[in-house]
Amino acid sequence: MSRTMVDISKKWGFHGVEALKNASPMYKFTMGIFALLALAGVTVGLHGMIKGYHHVYGVTREISWGLLISTYIFCVVTSTGLCIISSIGHVFGGEAFMPIAKRAVFMSIVFMFGGFCIIFFDIENPFRMAIWNVLSPNFVSNMWWMGTLYGLYLVFMVIEYFFLLEQNHTLSRLMGFFGLLVGIAAHSNLGAVFGMLHGRPFWYGPYLPIYFIFSAAMSGGCAILFFTTLGWKINPEIMNQRMERAVKAVTQITIFLISVIIFFTIWKIITGMVSEGKELVIMSFLTGSYAINFWVFEIFLGMFLPLYLLIRSRGNNFNLIMWATGLMMVGIFFMRYDIVIPGQMESVYHSLGVEEAAQMLTYTPSFHEIMASLFGIAFIAFAYFAGEKMLNGHQLEKHEIVPEGGYICPGCGAIHFMEEGETEEEAMKRHHRIW
Amino acid sequence: MKFPKIDFDKMKNEGTSSVTPKERRQFLKLGLAIAGVYAGGKVLSLTSIVGTAHASGGGTLVEKYPYNPHYSMVIRQSLCIDCEKCVDKCNETNDVPEYGYRTRILTKKYTGSLDRQVEFIPVLCNHCNSAPCVRACPTKATYKDPVTGIVRMESKKCIGCKTCMLACPYDARYFSASRRAVDKCDFCWEKRLSKGETQTGCSSACPTGARTFGNLTDPENIVYKLVHQLEETIWVLRPADDTKPNIFYMKGNMRSVDNILNEQKFKLRTPANT
Repeated sequence: MSRTMVDISKKWGFHGVEALKNASPMYKFTMGIFALLALAGVTVGLHGMIKGYHHVYGVTREISWGLLISTYIFCVVTSTGLCIISSIGHVFGGEAFMPIAKRAVFMSIVFMFGGFCIIFFDIENPFRMAIWNVLSPNFVSNMWWMGTLYGLYLVFMVIEYFFLLEQNHTLSRLMGFFGLLVGIAAHSNLGAVFGMLHGRPFWYGPYLPIYFIFSAAMSGGCAILFFTTLGWKINPEIMNQRMERAVKAVTQITIFLISVIIFFTIWKIITGMVSEGKELVIMSFLTGSYAINFWVFEIFLGMFLPLYLLIRSRGNNFNLIMWATGLMMVGIFFMRYDIVIPGQMESVYHSLGVEEAAQMLTYTPSFHEIMASLFGIAFIAFAYFAGEKMLNGHQLEKHEIVPEGGYICPGCGAIHFMEEGETEEEAMKRHHRIW
Repeated sequence: MKFPKIDFDKMKNEGTSSVTPKERRQFLKLGLAIAGVYAGGKVLSLTSIVGTAHASGGGTLVEKYPYNPHYSMVIRQSLCIDCEKCVDKCNETNDVPEYGYRTRILTKKYTGSLDRQVEFIPVLCNHCNSAPCVRACPTKATYKDPVTGIVRMESKKCIGCKTCMLACPYDARYFSASRRAVDKCDFCWEKRLSKGETQTGCSSACPTGARTFGNLTDPENIVYKLVHQLEETIWVLRPADDTKPNIFYMKGNMRSVDNILNEQKFKLRTPANT
């Protein structure tokens, strides 16, 4: 039994609790902080659950989705994004992206769990959900599809991760493909949960389901860069030539995706300004109560600063990448908040011109909501730090980095294979001959 | 192909007497539909029935409603005096907690008008024929009653995701902690109608008759008569959402309503009643 355990842990690159024990005091302290935060979060969340959410949460009848939903969306967007970006490599065969797969899939699962932790404290009857989701499904409800598909997605991702550890690349690829398919379906359904509420003009339309997918890919790229470069800070050994190339590739695609989101945002603002139903919300972004959220966090921290820094980093200044993407994560968090809350700020009776709905509705997260959200976030951070040590920095086996007969091309960084009797130089010339 | 030339000047004037009442009525309905579009803007338009048929205003008056009894409410806005007896009665009948409400009365103030300075608009669940909340609910905890068309709740299935609350364009829903489910107006089905009463709590408590509740499939019912007339404009709230609501609004001052109820004095003279 113990023999098998040793074999498995060796095969999986599993360093176990030993690795945690050997960690530096600072590392342990950081982990301890996050563990305590998660513990505090779950305690406060449970307290709210017992007391009744309507006593302790800031959400109201009109603004019934608050911080918890927006943090949940932040988590699942990042999870889906990690899956999308990592699939470029290990599902579709984009060589440069392959080395990031293990960490990305691990973090994707962790983020999904984190999201579920948060939604647990938002749904009023989470236990009923398990029963009636199965016994009484409503197939025209986006909420049903979103929940069900995300459940399925998590299963696929866990199986995929298992096969990645097992180094069964055929099955991990297949599961990765299904995971991606289900993940995208689930995620666009999350967009459609908002996009199909036709009483809410700010959300209504095909924009959100589409935006969510691109936005997820951007968040995924950002998260991979952040967690990889942070992993490099923790253990510099994880960087090798292929990993460096992967970081460069992800940096490039993240730059591209940030530009796509800038494009999306510009047209959201411009079209919104001429729409009667959206104008008030859009103006609150530009000059009103959400101006700081929008300009400072969403636009500056979430888009322009990382765009500038990532371009400057050239994909090989890891410190710069870490700071850029770390700040970008904060910006992305506000991006999610700015989708959920402002969409509800205009009362449905506002256009009727009645006294009761003359003012914009306001929402401030309560202490309980903040703590319950922190529960999920702290759990993710804790799991990341634990995973980084226990799974030995998600390092790949030698043969996964360079398959037999192959070598890393010093020119382009890709893996080339030598034909029989060929030297590396000849192979390189063969690969890079100019037609 | 050549079209035959018609010399209109030489044609004989048939007069209006030869137009059948049916043709004439259809022409009037067309006029109402067009007037509805122009006068309506945001709130004016009529929709009630599943699919393409409409209660009126769409060019035809429907012959058949999808539910029987098809419960509906006509709110005669001019008659509401904001006494809130309906709200109190509703809270009392349905054990509505302090932090929630199933119905409320909104206030709209006008400046510069010569007659009224304020209007009161009672709002409640519109029991829409294509209800966004029913579509949004993941577990079918909220559903359209197949017989009466009332949008009801099966509380034990409610997971509390609150999607229905956001899907509702009428803000008709709230989460009730004591029921551990979303709560909403059910036209007093549980507390009154299912026990043989014919009026909802709010309509029975209304001292002025602003809330007129009834069955839209019964030609003798007041609600039927108020909806099936062309003289007074009827509208629904947020028609652009296309939810086909069953709460109708009209100004409904006493004189015009009397006309409607007294066999409609503006009724056309037909060969049968001359």
